Amino acid sequence: MTVLRLALQSIANRWMTALLTVFAIAISVMLLLGVEKVRTGARASFANTISGTDLIVGARTGEVQLLLYAVFRIGNATNNITWESYQDIAARPEVAWVVPLSLGDSHRGVRVLGTDLGYFRHYRFRRGQSLRFRAGGPFSDLFDAVLGADAAAQLGYRIGDTMTVAHGLGGTAFARHDDKPFRVSGILAKTGTPVDRTVHVSLGAIEAIHLDWQSGRRDPDFHISADEVRRIGLQPKEITAALIGLKSRLAVFRLQRFVNTYAQEPLSAVLPGVALQELWSLVGTAETALGAVSIMVVATALLGMVTAILTTLNERRREMAILRSVGARPATILGLLLSEAAVLTLAGVTVGCAALYAVLAIVRPYIDARFGIYLAIDPPGPHETVALAAIVVAGCAAGLLPALKAYRLSLADGMTVRN
Amino acid sequence: MSAVRFAWPGARRFSLAVDGFAVPRGERLLIIGASGAGKSTLLSLMCGVVTAQAGTLRVLGKDIGGLSGGARDRFRAEHFGIIFQMFNLLPYGSVLDNVLLPLSFAPARRARATAAGSAQEEARRLLRSLGLDDDLVHGSRAAELSVGQQQRVAAARALIGAPEIIVADEPTSALDRDRRQIFLDLLFDQVNRADGTLVMVSHDATLAPHFHRIVRFDDIATTMRGDGR
Repeated sequence: MTVLRLALQSIANRWMTALLTVFAIAISVMLLLGVEKVRTGARASFANTISGTDLIVGARTGEVQLLLYAVFRIGNATNNITWESYQDIAARPEVAWVVPLSLGDSHRGVRVLGTDLGYFRHYRFRRGQSLRFRAGGPFSDLFDAVLGADAAAQLGYRIGDTMTVAHGLGGTAFARHDDKPFRVSGILAKTGTPVDRTVHVSLGAIEAIHLDWQSGRRDPDFHISADEVRRIGLQPKEITAALIGLKSRLAVFRLQRFVNTYAQEPLSAVLPGVALQELWSLVGTAETALGAVSIMVVATALLGMVTAILTTLNERRREMAILRSVGARPATILGLLLSEAAVLTLAGVTVGCAALYAVLAIVRPYIDARFGIYLAIDPPGPHETVALAAIVVAGCAAGLLPALKAYRLSLADGMTVRN
Repeated sequence: MSAVRFAWPGARRFSLAVDGFAVPRGERLLIIGASGAGKSTLLSLMCGVVTAQAGTLRVLGKDIGGLSGGARDRFRAEHFGIIFQMFNLLPYGSVLDNVLLPLSFAPARRARATAAGSAQEEARRLLRSLGLDDDLVHGSRAAELSVGQQQRVAAARALIGAPEIIVADEPTSALDRDRRQIFLDLLFDQVNRADGTLVMVSHDATLAPHFHRIVRFDDIATTMRGDGR
């Protein structure tokens, strides 16, 4: 007991070095776990963006690409699907609901999504939550728009304000659909998904603003007013993609096959989960690189600890000689130095974890609002536990170096310190 | 000790030979030698901190050369109390912890030290009899003591649990003349009480009157020194 107490007092005596060492290890542990947290958080947020949708249908394209442009509003569709194909798929007996998505327009840099009222009913995110209106309601008129929370905040619109939609995605598009202004009918509550950064309008409206357009520019010979459009009752000719919910998930592969082999037009249907998996395998390299960097930071911290212990070794030879003289075995001295490394590493890991959770608790609302990444504050999972245990083991292994040096010194020194 | 040959490992090229030397139990022996003559090496050999390459070394009837490293360390903990020239104590430890330290490695000494009460009580008794009052002992760290006080704490550590042999390596050279006298008186008192054997090495022949026997280091040991480096 006395020996253990003296060992702890010995560390306390060198508290400055010990504290810095613990700090370095703590920071490296924070980084390692933090990267892991952000990684799983980002994955979860991506996975949380779409929930309850069984299939995404679009023009024939890669799975990841379809997922990215249909759900995450990243990139553009290369092709559209015709309204007839959409109707065919929607009429299949397996289908419980279907939501059309029409993309390609923007409003002051915010993407405009053409859809129908089913979107507000069926779209699910973060474990099955449905969209809620913070103000107003879904569109009732052809030229009504529903704004995502961030879009409303960014653009500074309130219910009843009017806005014009530009063709294409540029923030300063020269081609504006300014003859057909929209009225803000509703603003959605925050979701932490790309929905927040979207302006939603009806499919008919998308069709309407393009009615007198040809090949991406206004047709000079043909002009139609907003009121006339309202009277016509527009039927969309094409959409970009569709979200499909099934009556039974068992039918998912049957419907997927139907879509993928659809004869009239090349289409593809992807399972969101499968496409996400494929996406992860793409970004996996970057994640691995990040992980490797944080492992190297941990290694650096442990090296720092070894250096710190090694530099104290010479001035502690006296201490070793005293311990030897009162009967401590060289093995005891080895054990003392090893346990010093173990104590420092353990303290570093503990402090690092505590600090990480503290930081998480502070920055979580900000990260959620800013990046839509929800960082879970939960106890370390099996993966993290293994990583933490590995750090402690590595710390002890690293501590072996000074411990063995002390062992040899104490054997060579005997009772008197020699240089 | 008979026909003992020892050389330090490595490049130090210092070797020591003792052909035959014995210390009777209960003797107070002073070994006088010049600084750097190899006295500390001799003591390290006696205490079993290092082992001789040849020869036999019997302590209390036991051939300590034949013991395993661990057993030798244990043997030393049980039967030896050792006082160095200076820097005897773990500076960050409390005075009491420093005194109690050997008991962690020596169960028999612990048993003896706790025979009349607790080990702490025994440590305080020893410190008191060595002239360190409880105020000083209580809660001070060893580093806060003066050199003379530190030597007394070291003596208490060597004496606790009454080991058979007290080995002192120039324990008084860091003390001035008056303090040296006081320290020696106190040390002898305690050694007498415990009826122990005392082996002290020093370069200071003026200590001689206190001892039963005085030998010159050069008379018992031959040392060889290489060219050095």
